[in-house]
Amino acid sequence: MKTRRDFIKISAMGTVGAALSGTMLSMARGNASTADPNLAHDGFARLKRTPTYCEICFWMCAGWAYTDENGKIVKITGNENDPHCNGRLCPRGTGGVGMYSDSDRLKKPLIRVTDGDKQTFREASWEEALDLVAGKMKEIKEKYGPESFALFNHGSAGHHLGYLLQAYGSTNIVAPSYAQCRGPREVGFQATFGSGVGSPEPTDIRDTNCLVLIGSHLGENMHNSQVQEMSDAIDKGVTIITVDPRFSTVASKSKFWLPIKPATDLALLLAWINVIITEKLYDRDYVEKYTTGLDQLAKHVENMTPEWAYGITTIKPDLIRKSARAMAEAAPSVIIHPGRHVTWYGDDTQRSRAMAILNGLLGSWGRRGGFYFKESKSIPEHPHPPFPKPAWSWKETLNGKYPLAGLAVSNALIDASIPSPENTHQIKAWLVAGTNLPLTMPQKDTLLKAMQSIEFMAVVDTMPMEITGYADVILPECTYLERYDELRASPNREPFIALRMPAAEPVGDTKPAWWISKQLGERLGLGAYFDYEDFSEVIDWQLKQVGSSLEEMQKIGVKKFERKSGPLYLADGADYTFHTSSGKIEFYSTELAAAGFDPMPVYTPHPEPPESFYRLNYGRAPMHTFSRTANNPNLHDLKKENDVWINPKVAKLWGIKAGQYIWLKNQDGVISDFPVMVRVTERIRWDSVYMVHGFGHTDKKLSRAYGRGASDSDLITKVQIDPIMGGTGMRGNFVTFLTEDPQKEAKS
Amino acid sequence: MKEELFISGREIPNIDPYLHIWHWQIPIYLFLGGLAAGILFFAGLYTILGKEKEMQATVKWAPFIVPFALVLGLFMLFLDLKHKLYFWQLYTTIRLESPMGWGAWVLMIITPISLVWCASYIREVFPKWDWKFEFLRKFELWVIDNRKIVAWPMVIYAVILGIYTGILLSAFNARPLWNTAILGPLFLVSGMSTGVATIMWISKSHEERKILGRIDLLLIAIELFFITHMIMGALAGSQVMIQAAQLFLGGEFTVSFWAFVIVLGLIFPAILEILELYGYKIPIAITSFLILLGGLIFRFIMVEAGQLTRYLY
Amino acid sequence: MRYAMAIDTRKCVGCSDCVVACQTENNVPIGYCRDWVTETVDGSYPNVEIELRSERCNHCDNSPCVRCCPTGASHIVEGGVVLVTPHKCIGCGACIESCPYDARYSHPEGYVDKCTFCNHRITKGEKPACVAVCPTKCMYFGDLDDPNSEISNALKNRKHKVLAPEAGTNPHIFYLV
Ligand SMILES: Nc1nc2c(c(=O)[nH]1)N[C@H]1C(S)=C(S)[C@@H](COP(=O)(O)OP(=O)(O)OC[C@H]3O[C@@H](n4cnc5c(=O)[nH]c(N)nc54)[C@H](O)[C@@H]3O)O[C@H]1N2
Ligand SMILES: Nc1nc2c(c(=O)[nH]1)N[C@H]1C(S)=C(S)[C@@H](COP(=O)(O)OP(=O)(O)OC[C@H]3O[C@@H](n4cnc5c(=O)[nH]c(N)nc54)[C@H](O)[C@@H]3O)O[C@H]1N2
Ligand code: SF4
Ligand code: SF4
Ligand code: SF4
Ligand code: SF4
Ligand code: SF4
Ligand SMILES: [Mo]
Repeated sequence: MKTRRDFIKISAMGTVGAALSGTMLSMARGNASTADPNLAHDGFARLKRTPTYCEICFWMCAGWAYTDENGKIVKITGNENDPHCNGRLCPRGTGGVGMYSDSDRLKKPLIRVTDGDKQTFREASWEEALDLVAGKMKEIKEKYGPESFALFNHGSAGHHLGYLLQAYGSTNIVAPSYAQCRGPREVGFQATFGSGVGSPEPTDIRDTNCLVLIGSHLGENMHNSQVQEMSDAIDKGVTIITVDPRFSTVASKSKFWLPIKPATDLALLLAWINVIITEKLYDRDYVEKYTTGLDQLAKHVENMTPEWAYGITTIKPDLIRKSARAMAEAAPSVIIHPGRHVTWYGDDTQRSRAMAILNGLLGSWGRRGGFYFKESKSIPEHPHPPFPKPAWSWKETLNGKYPLAGLAVSNALIDASIPSPENTHQIKAWLVAGTNLPLTMPQKDTLLKAMQSIEFMAVVDTMPMEITGYADVILPECTYLERYDELRASPNREPFIALRMPAAEPVGDTKPAWWISKQLGERLGLGAYFDYEDFSEVIDWQLKQVGSSLEEMQKIGVKKFERKSGPLYLADGADYTFHTSSGKIEFYSTELAAAGFDPMPVYTPHPEPPESFYRLNYGRAPMHTFSRTANNPNLHDLKKENDVWINPKVAKLWGIKAGQYIWLKNQDGVISDFPVMVRVTERIRWDSVYMVHGFGHTDKKLSRAYGRGASDSDLITKVQIDPIMGGTGMRGNFVTFLTEDPQKEAKS
Repeated sequence: MKEELFISGREIPNIDPYLHIWHWQIPIYLFLGGLAAGILFFAGLYTILGKEKEMQATVKWAPFIVPFALVLGLFMLFLDLKHKLYFWQLYTTIRLESPMGWGAWVLMIITPISLVWCASYIREVFPKWDWKFEFLRKFELWVIDNRKIVAWPMVIYAVILGIYTGILLSAFNARPLWNTAILGPLFLVSGMSTGVATIMWISKSHEERKILGRIDLLLIAIELFFITHMIMGALAGSQVMIQAAQLFLGGEFTVSFWAFVIVLGLIFPAILEILELYGYKIPIAITSFLILLGGLIFRFIMVEAGQLTRYLY
Repeated sequence: MRYAMAIDTRKCVGCSDCVVACQTENNVPIGYCRDWVTETVDGSYPNVEIELRSERCNHCDNSPCVRCCPTGASHIVEGGVVLVTPHKCIGCGACIESCPYDARYSHPEGYVDKCTFCNHRITKGEKPACVAVCPTKCMYFGDLDDPNSEISNALKNRKHKVLAPEAGTNPHIFYLV
């Protein structure tokens, strides 16, 4: 590892590459001429750019990280050729510099020690920390089998550690992006079209004439190219229909805003379907050629008229009809957006089904301005010995529940970590990488119980987030700007790949996850799986298989390939087989019927807030991602804490003023750890309050984020589990206000 | 309900939520400038009128305060600069459009004039004083012979300086409270009043004090008229101007303004001066002190309150 | 040449990317900013309207900040761009007091700083950093004197307004409404 003094010496000698990290030196020498396209001037310094893709959310926009003459990363911009960003990162990606420069970062491996009756962390060498983790992994394997070691992950680190875990013998690998996020829509769309939605969503927003957003708050949800395309569509005069109980940013840009009563969307969707069918507004040729079950559907929604829905949703029948007709008029260039975080009320798969059905009726799947047929570049796996076959997997932890779950269910794995007679398969130890479970998972009590029950837990993270406080060993990863990771090969209109490589020397004693995995693998006798010195060798090998090379990608960052899977849209009248059991788009789902669920969506009422309680609604702020950016110096500067949105009528009733700090207490008596500032605004209904997820950090080592705002997760103690796929519906919690410090009350 | 907010978390020190770029130094700078202007004006005036004998404190004693006030004032300005090492840049350009700029130049000119003035009286005040050089001695004699020639520019520059202390604020249209042409004359008059109060305090002559007391009464009357004019003018203006005026009419500065500036700083001293004219014995220190304090507080309030007012948000 | 910017309030989502991009491009210290975003909410639920605006120095034609600067540190260059020369600035604060938009701030190093229209970029023919980053492409930049520039076209086709016109500064930032 280079010391700082080293590279100052080199730069004094005038080598352009001097400011670069060790791994980049060789490459930089190769093209240090002034013609190097990666050398840029700006007003202040000579900057060097390095390709990367963003890790602040999972849109994975490709960009350039710029380093100054001291090798410090000073700015990040988007890669012009990347369809995820078109040269423009979102605020979080632009503020990614703060992930690197945050002085609170984890910098040394830490090991939990007991000192009398006090537990603390002490710094350790990598050698010692890795030995300890590997030793525990061996021990668990011997005692309970490798399957009882689970990996909770989200993001790039998970790929490397997941690889390690599979080599070790466990496929209990889980991410919150399924059962707390998009699982229900994947199942709902799969059941309808035989294909999930995936990420990025193949929504053809830039060419659409009508965009229907049901609780999908684009513009606050900053998934980059979607927001960009929505803006292009606005220029072209798109009709936006937003269904949201809150006046979201995009509601303000919509032709129709349907201020729906929370938890009643399914009734609205069924009424829309009713209008489309009874007024014969559906795409007849398309429906006839590609779909089955129209008759059953027509009969099913027969009585679900706008008048019926009005009583449930509070949306006027006239508005329901008008908006349905607007969709039909635009069809097939219309998108009923599947949403992304859709684990709301426990009947989410069915709500997603209704959205899929509506798309099917309007013929938007596989049509310009609807959903395109995505394609990704398939990247060959670097050769490795076959993975051992585990004796059991996450499926067994479900105990027969959630039959349509397509991926591991985090909450089920947590349940399986708490000893109970029901558990046939017990999880005994966790590896956690890139997910801050205490702020990510609902029902914190259950999570805490699980973390207390397991025998060992190692956390790979970049920041002293809440999850690290529960670890036995903390392994500090360097940020995405300081490491190689897997090639990005997500689907799009055309297949693209993107490279992430280190733009700077890792800060402190931090290491990339690939290195951690390899080190652990070698200690576990799995060296054969890690047959390389540096992960760049794997990437180079893979790139060569697809006709590129590391050298080329280091210069361009992003590479486009030809489509091979056929046209982007269905040609008129073309035959097409959908991957459902009938080969058609299924309005009546045979798969759901076979599993014993409603084959067509049914509206069921959900609990309402009790007297003087308000439904807890939550969402995103455009400049933050979940809990991971709250301490980022650049992004913290933009928004330091979340506030709780309260309707002026409610505020008046309670005598609460804008700017005042209050505490929130939920239906189960849980009180927010910290007070939260009130925003009195007309943008929220009188039956709910709203706050941005990801604040209310309790770890004091987060010097900026600690104690700022309140955590919505803490207040989500009740979940409605989706019986179809196990998702945790989180929007059925209710809060009331405390204007006095509850600590004080308790003390007196 | 209407809501207006920054959503990018703007919290710039000394700018948000309220401007607070000028601190205590500026009002003191303005106060000292006004006071100096007042003294020099009357020193020059009575010299031109040939009343040096009757007005000893005015023409001879009080001006000795002036160089100190001016240098201290300039030092206050210096203290308020945030990029102090570059102070000299003030004197590399002449920018007549910039009140800050011409203020600096006016000080550059009037300070030597005041020094020359004091020099010409120095041997009367300190009989033991000795000019080390012959040419200084000659120069002194020339000044003593031609005081009227020096007095003219001194009076003119004193007026400019006095007006400047007001224009420094009123040049900033961006602060609705300051956005009125009345501030120049108002600050001039107020500065003269503080100058007169200082001279009265020093003066040992009953006659001189009586003359000055009458002048001061007149100044106070004019000042009250200007202040009324300022507030009425703002009330007749746009929304932001009305809001600015309301700072004094029920808003944050109501008590300090009416109690300290108007009543204790103007009306009460005026009453004392009237009583004095009617032959009551009023300790002059009280009257002068109140006027000076009122003038100082007035400047503090104008600087602070002005920065609270803005066009947007 | 007269540079100007137009911002489409119908497309802006208030994401504040323009603010971070400016910060990293221009090395604006944490806790300060050259641009910022405001939100105005009007009406009552469910008849609500919001306006989002990205704001910065207006590079006023009639710029009080330049007029009141005693040293000439605040000056106007080619294209009507209002700039501050740090080593000429004494930090007297006059320009800050004079700006009706509160667009200037006192840099921790003592001099006054504000939006430069990214002069170092536009002189090379690039767009300002905030314009280049805006995910909704709601910001238009260019030369008002060129009838075919992006900015001229944007202003031709849409209703627009400036902020605090009563301040009489002739701003060069327009808001498409
Ligand atoms: N209450 C509530 N809960 C929610 C949601 C909600 O809206 N409200 N949203 C749900 C949804 S949609 C999702 S997708 C999930 C997201 O859940 P998570 O992905 O768990 O979200 P974060 O809170 O961002 O936690 C990310 C963690 O990864 C760490 N990290 C960041 N970068 C790196 C890296 O490069 N390497 C490593 N090793 N670690 C890194 C961060 O420090 C942090 O500890 O949350 C779900 N949970
Ligand atoms: N800036 C930013 N962008 C992000 C992320 C981030 O952390 N930050 N995370 C990304 C991830 S992983 C995800 S999953 C997505 C999530 O983004 P989305 O899928 O767009 O978000 P949701 O959380 O499902 O929806 C939030 C909206 O739903 C509304 N809502 C609440 N209850 C109801 C209801 O009963 N009915 C209806 N119709 N609407 C309701 C809320 O008022 C809010 O406007 O965002 C992605 N984009
Ligand atoms: S959308 Fe924003 S945060 Fe997500 S990957 Fe792209 S730039 Fe990064
Ligand atoms: S970057 Fe664009 S969309 Fe985002 S706040 Fe700025 S102007 Fe608005
Ligand atoms: S906005 Fe303010 S700083 Fe910018 S030119 Fe106008 S007056 Fe000067
Ligand atoms: S602070 Fe600097 S730029 Fe502003 S007026 Fe004073 S010298 Fe000029
Ligand atoms: S033009 Fe440049 S300096 Fe001005 S706000 Fe935009 S990024 Fe900042
Ligand atoms: Mo998500």
